Amino acid sequence: MAKTKQTKHETVEKKLIGLADLVITAAQRAKDPTMAIPIRALSNVTFNERKGLLEMGKKKQARSFFNVGMAKKFMQTMLVADALSELQRAELTTSLREIYYRTKHTIQDSHENTFDTQDESDPIIEDLEVSLVALREELHVRAENGGSVVGPLVLGDDGDRVDCAKLGKGGYSVPSIVEPEYVEIRRCTADFVLLVEKGTQWNRLSEDKFWRRYNCVLLTGNGQPPRGVRRLARRLHEEYRLPVYVLVDNDPWGYYIYSVVKQGSINLAFESQRMAIPKAKFIGLSSADPGRYELPRNVGIKLNEKDIARAKELLNYQWFQKPAWQAEIKRMLASGLKYELDALANKDFQYLTKKYLPRKLKEKDWLD
Amino acid sequence: MGSRQREISVSEFFTKNRHLLGFDNPRKALLTCVKEAVDNALDACEEAGILPDVTVQLEVVATGSSAAPPVSQATRFRITVTDNGPGIVRQQIPRIFAKLLYGSKFHRLRMSRGQQGIGISAAGMYGQLTTGKPVKIISRTGPKASAHYFEVQIDTKKNEPLVHENKQISWDRPQGTQVAIEVEGRYQKGRASVDEYLEQTSIANPHVRLIYRTPEGETKEYPRTYHELPPSPKEIKPHPYGIEFGMLLKMLHEAKSQTLSSFVSSEFCRVTPALADEMCKAAKVSPKARPRDIRGAIAETLYQTIQATKIMAPPTNCLSPIGEKAILSGLYKQIKGEFYTAVSRPPSVYRGNPFIIEAGLAFGRAPDGATKPEKPAMPLAEGEQEEGDSELARVIRYANRVPLLYQQSSCATFKAVLATTWRNYGIAQSRGALPAGPMVIFVHIASVWVPFTSESKEAIAEYDEIHKEITLALRECGRRLGLFLRRRERAASEFRRRNIFELYIEEVVEACNRLKGGKLPTQKLKAQLQKIASSRTGGIKTDETLGKTSAGPEGLPHSIIVTAEGIEGEVPPKLEVSRAVATAIEIPDGVVIKEKQPFSKPGRRQTSKTRPTKSATGKAAAVPSFPRKGFSLLRHAGAVRTSRKAHLTRQKK
Repeated sequence: MAKTKQTKHETVEKKLIGLADLVITAAQRAKDPTMAIPIRALSNVTFNERKGLLEMGKKKQARSFFNVGMAKKFMQTMLVADALSELQRAELTTSLREIYYRTKHTIQDSHENTFDTQDESDPIIEDLEVSLVALREELHVRAENGGSVVGPLVLGDDGDRVDCAKLGKGGYSVPSIVEPEYVEIRRCTADFVLLVEKGTQWNRLSEDKFWRRYNCVLLTGNGQPPRGVRRLARRLHEEYRLPVYVLVDNDPWGYYIYSVVKQGSINLAFESQRMAIPKAKFIGLSSADPGRYELPRNVGIKLNEKDIARAKELLNYQWFQKPAWQAEIKRMLASGLKYELDALANKDFQYLTKKYLPRKLKEKDWLD
Repeated sequence: MGSRQREISVSEFFTKNRHLLGFDNPRKALLTCVKEAVDNALDACEEAGILPDVTVQLEVVATGSSAAPPVSQATRFRITVTDNGPGIVRQQIPRIFAKLLYGSKFHRLRMSRGQQGIGISAAGMYGQLTTGKPVKIISRTGPKASAHYFEVQIDTKKNEPLVHENKQISWDRPQGTQVAIEVEGRYQKGRASVDEYLEQTSIANPHVRLIYRTPEGETKEYPRTYHELPPSPKEIKPHPYGIEFGMLLKMLHEAKSQTLSSFVSSEFCRVTPALADEMCKAAKVSPKARPRDIRGAIAETLYQTIQATKIMAPPTNCLSPIGEKAILSGLYKQIKGEFYTAVSRPPSVYRGNPFIIEAGLAFGRAPDGATKPEKPAMPLAEGEQEEGDSELARVIRYANRVPLLYQQSSCATFKAVLATTWRNYGIAQSRGALPAGPMVIFVHIASVWVPFTSESKEAIAEYDEIHKEITLALRECGRRLGLFLRRRERAASEFRRRNIFELYIEEVVEACNRLKGGKLPTQKLKAQLQKIASSRTGGIKTDETLGKTSAGPEGLPHSIIVTAEGIEGEVPPKLEVSRAVATAIEIPDGVVIKEKQPFSKPGRRQTSKTRPTKSATGKAAAVPSFPRKGFSLLRHAGAVRTSRKAHLTRQKK
């Protein structure tokens, strides 16, 4: 395993050094140094129906140095590439924010900063990921540890044995890099994976030991699940053939979280191959649930303009074209209301654990 | 009841209504007194053909037995204004200074600062009213005559002067007049202060040397920068269009002419005997009729006929505009900026009164950083921003060379400034507000009869003709400013473009070097990239365009004056500077805006461009140099001749 790590380091570093070579050769030939960066937008994303994945297209954008509009970005890209290669050599991992601080300085003899905000450096890291075809983990950049897991699962992390069944209510904090080189799944006896959007509801389920009764792995990403959580769910799905159920709020953003887990995100479509779980199921909260579970209307929240606009966008996405999904979204729009998972507490504090999920699982009431 | 009805004297009327004359409050009263005395002094000097040399002195006067209070607390001041004018004959002195509505200027149509003959005597009356002190006058008509000293007061009931003191004295000045008035007032600097008035006077009257001794004991001198007297305006007869019916009746009644025809042609300007006959015929009156007999319905027909007849516009030699050069030199002297321009409109007429509008504009900040040391360059942290300031333009208004300091918002000039769309010229302007920017807008109306909105002469009434002329003048200034700004913007942006690459090359090279493990021949890579950068931004040509030799922060010269004669950078406007001289100081391409030439000839401009000087880069540091290419924007057909001349001169060397 150490061997593979080593070779990966070398290739990524080579790719980064390749950027310097690009500048040097262009300069020798008196040409404008230009790199091609794949476009990360809906226009360059296609939905592969057969695989059930979002795939990145071939459209690329030229970023050249001698162009007033791009000069700064080009310079920033070189700085970030430099910082990333430094990480490679030192075998360290770092956060997006640290990269920002590492590369920020005032350009000599000027009032100008190389970067003014982190918003400028983050997209450049993504640009490099895409154009170098290197994963973020391979670039040694980690996102925050944004998720938790409990359940009958034993992991190996830095040589430590982590038994997720013996970590109390809090569970194990999912690191942002869960590639086999970093996190090893030693044993898993669960029957399925339940990915919960909200930390609060995950806490509820964890406290009620839901995972013990239903023998499942409980995962949360605290909102849009970070890469680590998605990748862990994908590995459990792939390596242990566990079905994955997604439990989110009943609003357009919840639907989109589900779709990201299932097909991948538009921005990081190039990662779908590794992250997406095309067989993931949407377990709730469905717009049909308030009726079915007799949730009073007054625990709903009126859809605001943004919600409505977003829902209409979803209706147009190719991967929401299944009749059941069209019906689901249109039903929400027709009711004019959205519901949070927390609203279930209106009936009983443990309604989610004791009534809602058991009935859902029993009735196999989910959307694909 | 009838016994209570009695005549009111003018003096009594104004004693009670002193606000009508500009004595509303102590601060304004002090200013009005200074203003009246200075205006009189300047009028007198100019009429006598003497370059005015005026001294204004303000002193605090102690009230009662106590010592003089500090200036800001003082309530009583002595104003002394001394000029080098022709002096006043002894007999006239009391009436000029102590009789309201007595003067030489009311009955004639000729441009002057004073109009009614109220000013100085009203100031004296105000002093008398508030301090009880008489006006003290010293006057000497020439080195051979003796100086006379008078102390006069006004008899407010009769509107007649009372002479308290009258003696011959010895005076150290060969000729001139000195007026001293003691008044109740308040001295405060800032807007509408005596200081501002004098400063603005000096802008519009660069031919005046003004010495000002402030109450604090400072002496400020506004030197003379223009050594020519403004041409003396001629007196004219009223124009028929400017006459009202009642006025016509009065004139008919007082006519000295024997026949109506000769009356019309002699009492009005621009009416020839033939035209007079024609008008009489049209009005069905005999041209031979005695003017005194014309009244009632016949007079009315005559009046209407006159108004309906096409008559030539009044002559304009009664006006004496300041002139573009003089305005420029005034603005340049008093206001620190980067760009100056001035426009004199051709004469126009409202209600039969000829007038001329002049506008000027000074734009920019003092370029010398000496006054305000620049903050050391500090990199900005996240979320920090450079402080932007939203200074509004300042409007300075003049009527017959006299600054107007009050009632700005009801003045026609101010309204015209607001109504001008400054955004077209690259200046920010919020709705219904003054344009924003470090800018001073100068507007002057010269007329035989300036239509003020009140006796205190604070704002100009808004006649359509006047409004139109002001707007046209302002637009012309704006266009020139717009050209300047665009040119500067373009030069700056090219420089910035080049700069961006040069700045980033360093960073990119360093990053490459680190990526390559520090083994890169950095200097070589840098040179290669710089070469590409320079070829991509127009090569050597850009360097020349930018005038890299100049000391300006963006490769631009500090001060530019666009005049009818050319552009001058960092050279005080010597007004004697002729074309030849301009060539001698080697203004690169002798850029010229020809007066009254339409600006919309881009094709012409391009063709008139002369070749770029090859030696410009690097060596010409001593020469006030400009970005040539940019300047070609301002160049006009009229420039060709000058620039060739300049070229020849250079070659001869």
